[in-house]
Amino acid sequence: MLQIQCPYCGVRPESEFAYGGEAHIARPTDPSTLNDDQWAEFLYMRTNTKGVHAERWRHARGCNRFFNALRDTTSDRFLAFYRTGEPRPVLAGGKP
Amino acid sequence: MADTTPTRIPASLIDARRSPVVTRRDWLQPLAPRARFTLRGGADARRAAGAAFGLVLPEDACRSAATPTRAALWLGPDEQLLLGLETDTASIQEGLEQALRGIAHSLVDVSHRQTALEISGPHAEAILNGASPLDLSLSAFPVGMCTRTVFEKADVVLWRPRADTFHIEVWRSFTDYVSSLIAEIGREYYPGDGRAA
Repeated sequence: MLQIQCPYCGVRPESEFAYGGEAHIARPTDPSTLNDDQWAEFLYMRTNTKGVHAERWRHARGCNRFFNALRDTTSDRFLAFYRTGEPRPVLAGGKP
Repeated sequence: MADTTPTRIPASLIDARRSPVVTRRDWLQPLAPRARFTLRGGADARRAAGAAFGLVLPEDACRSAATPTRAALWLGPDEQLLLGLETDTASIQEGLEQALRGIAHSLVDVSHRQTALEISGPHAEAILNGASPLDLSLSAFPVGMCTRTVFEKADVVLWRPRADTFHIEVWRSFTDYVSSLIAEIGREYYPGDGRAA
């Protein structure tokens, strides 16, 4: 079982969390000005990263908060956890 | 032709299913009904509600504040579970509503949504760990700590009011599931306890 560190509650088992998809995707402020392609881009297109991926998690069966995490999708290893609204942390070694 | 006679379920089995799961065990007890409120709101709502409720509502994650008759459990950065005597339900609600007037908040009476179990004794940690992977040792889960978590398949609020005692808030419809599961796990530590006491 993965151990996930909630920025509020600390390290908890994976079974308390729900995955929330890719992080840092901002909803367009005025969707009515977008054409279908731009809306589809926001709605469906994801980076499908191989490597370090910024993603949202929710402590759904704990404090109920969304937060962000960096996870290496090749090793399934978590590299960083940070609160929603905080910038994506820069990892040691210069990798974004 | 197929036999269509309905299968008879032995009366003893039906009784066992209907009876409250816990009667004889002193290490696992259902607790009496109580007043329960879910409060959501920011720091100002927390302060105002605390003054009316008679407790300083905890600001730190997974911590509680308690008197012999009342308790406030931190469930999230903007969410508190308030527990009190059942007979105080109306007065608690009135006091909180008055104190929170004009402050953005949500106050919901959830008294009947949940029931409470208490598990105590020297094996309490080990029995809970039969269905929860949390580290429940005193250093990791000290007295006064509380958290919403998952117990096998049910969402529960786990609170440690005393070193050897855990208070479990569980949604009403999951109570039988959770208490049966705890009783089942407990048979390893209390072999004398039958399933239907």
